[in-house]
Amino acid sequence: MVTLVFYLAAAVAVGSALVAVSHRSPVVNVLSLVVTFFCVAVNYALLGASFLAAAQILVYAGAILVLFLFVVMLLNAPELPQAIDPRPIQRWLGAAAAAATALAGILLVVAWRVTPPVAGPGGDAAALGRLLVGPYLFAFELIAVLLLAALVGAYVLVKRKH
Amino acid sequence: MAIPTTHFVILAALLFAVGAAGVLLRRSGISILLGIEIMLNAANLALVAFGRQHGQLDAQVFVFFVMAVAAAEVVVGLALLVAVFRRLRSIDVDRLNALRW
Repeated sequence: MVTLVFYLAAAVAVGSALVAVSHRSPVVNVLSLVVTFFCVAVNYALLGASFLAAAQILVYAGAILVLFLFVVMLLNAPELPQAIDPRPIQRWLGAAAAAATALAGILLVVAWRVTPPVAGPGGDAAALGRLLVGPYLFAFELIAVLLLAALVGAYVLVKRKH
Repeated sequence: MAIPTTHFVILAALLFAVGAAGVLLRRSGISILLGIEIMLNAANLALVAFGRQHGQLDAQVFVFFVMAVAAAEVVVGLALLVAVFRRLRSIDVDRLNALRW
């Protein structure tokens, strides 16, 4: 049953990611990326990371993709005549580099000596929270500064000059 | 029965390759940002899988930070794209061929 869920989620994730990078319409790209992120959230849940599964849906499917959708509809840019790079050398080199990445990753993993996972603490919010405000407190506070800087930066970039 | 870590890492490799193909092959700025998001997600998935393999929660803390940085990155990236579109009336990255204008 768990195996079936994993294979289903994995197939849907890769399929919708392919649609997200290959379809011409930007709205279809963004909406199929929502499906990919949901499937990644399912994978987090299967890995026992329940907090990250919730955060994935809240942050990615909820916030980031809504932002993408806003920008797509705000710009309403005309579709490019050729979505894929028309120059043949660049196109083939790009496709070859992507395929080589996948192949190298899979070969590395297949060559890997598999041991069963070590039993450890689960990924519930309480355990994660104790780590976040314990050993990682400084990084946690820095993230707040980073988000503020991004907010101010975005405002400055899109502000119209009067 | 738990799913072996290798399966998750292979899925992460496939997702990363799809995202890399999007970044390398597409011409629209929005599609390139989408490809970056897919690659970040693939890296996150691999991190969580390796974290479970070693029985440690620290990987999940890192994924949490990566999510926050990805949110900041996408905000600035999309703001840049809006600014570029106002100048050029296009989001074709091939037309961004000058460092100043």
